[in-house]
Amino acid sequence: MRLSPWLHCLRGVVGRELLRFLHQRSRFLAALVRPLVWLFVFATGFRMALGVAMTEPYQTYVLYEVYIVPGLVGMIQLFNGMQSSLSMVYDREMGSMRVLLVSPFPRWYLLVCKLLASTLVSVVQVYVFLAIAWTYGIQAPPLGYLYVLPALLVTGFMVGALGLLLSSFIRQLENFAGVMNFVIFPMFFLSSALYPLWRIREGSQLVYQIAALNPFTHAVEMIRFAMYERFNIEAVAISVAVAALLLGLAILGYNPSRGMMARKGNTT
Amino acid sequence: MSVASRSRDSAVPALEIGRLSFAYGDRRVLDDVSLSVEAGEFVVLLGPNGAGKTTLFSLITRLHDRRQGEIRIGGFDVRRQAVQAHARIGVVFQQPTLDPDLSVAQNLAYHGALHGMGRREARRRADAQLERVGLLEQRHTRVRRLSGGQRRRVEIARGLMHAPRLLLLDEPTVGLDIASRRELVEHAHRLCAEEGVAVLWATHLIDEVHPGDRVLVLHRGRLLVDEGAATLPARLGVDSLGEAFERLVGEEGACA
Repeated sequence: MRLSPWLHCLRGVVGRELLRFLHQRSRFLAALVRPLVWLFVFATGFRMALGVAMTEPYQTYVLYEVYIVPGLVGMIQLFNGMQSSLSMVYDREMGSMRVLLVSPFPRWYLLVCKLLASTLVSVVQVYVFLAIAWTYGIQAPPLGYLYVLPALLVTGFMVGALGLLLSSFIRQLENFAGVMNFVIFPMFFLSSALYPLWRIREGSQLVYQIAALNPFTHAVEMIRFAMYERFNIEAVAISVAVAALLLGLAILGYNPSRGMMARKGNTT
Repeated sequence: MSVASRSRDSAVPALEIGRLSFAYGDRRVLDDVSLSVEAGEFVVLLGPNGAGKTTLFSLITRLHDRRQGEIRIGGFDVRRQAVQAHARIGVVFQQPTLDPDLSVAQNLAYHGALHGMGRREARRRADAQLERVGLLEQRHTRVRRLSGGQRRRVEIARGLMHAPRLLLLDEPTVGLDIASRRELVEHAHRLCAEEGVAVLWATHLIDEVHPGDRVLVLHRGRLLVDEGAATLPARLGVDSLGEAFERLVGEEGACA
């Protein structure tokens, strides 16, 4: 089989996603303002109340705003992944998802292209955010910015696949607000994005156990370690496994004969 | 496409559907539908809203396929030979599917990539099709700024970029003014005559049927009629196709 048509397909899907992103400047701005507000307002305020004692992978006592940067990177990707799944629901209502799905390429490949496209958009957002944080004085080792890239790709696939899976179950846009409340917020707050796990444990054993099971915790730790030139094998293994599992389920969800698509769709 | 493969393709029907049934849960949407469309044939699928037209199209394009029966495009089974079958279908969906924020050219380039075309080839084919529908000048215009009729023509151009053998149009004239509607119908007929593309045109508007077309009447998931538009009224003993349609669909309604 010739390889080039597959690459053309991938290029087309990624190119379209980037073009759309460039056209939606408000979306880009929102994606940046959200973590920056957390960083400048929330973290500055909490610095007084919360010191973070020496925690892996940091070598010394770090300021709170340094601690939450990887969590905010995860947050950017989480929002982007969900937003792209929102656009899936929207797309399906508007019909452009249909255009994607009637392509002669196998459906799993089309979905992987779509996921890679939304992941790359989130990577662009993350690097812009990290650049702003850098000028603010939150600086990881230079190589950390390179090592974090694969971690960002894994996290992007994980949250993107989750969004895709959800979009195959959600029929209407109204329901998506619920997904925001019941998926994004719990995933973010019940994780190590804002506080280290040992700190949560001091507060509540139950919350600690939930946070330790939350795959988003492992994605954030994977990003945090990578940024500081460390490889957290447990976090990477769990994140990759969860990403692969969610991707598999999402592909199943969009399978024409088995998935939810078969039970829904237009009735006329 | 080479001459040899074109003649092989035209030897088999562009679309063959055999004993197709489909249900959403307990509700039967399509019941034992069989039909066939030859290359270069213009077939109008008539049916009131809810007759099952869009479901039929979703099954042909394999948006879902939990169904009974056979569907073949140019001889290729849509389930077992999905790649070959899909490559031979062009679709114009009922809802608009162009990205309004992107230009005409960008929309078509995306479609070309989805069919595995390189940039240059996609552009060449897009330009050729845009010229046919008289929109080459507007290629860099954002879709948002086009009229409804122009958008439909862009979608037809898009549907034909990959030289399909079968073009499916699901109520393509919805929301268009009379002049655009007529133009669109004429254009589709020209495609049939000049390029040998088989067209399956779903509508509930009788006046879109030309005398030479074949008419399928779908009602409540069952295919009631499959014959030439010219002979149908006489067979039913009425004066016009409109009366024939009303009688068929009305009778069904009265029986239920």
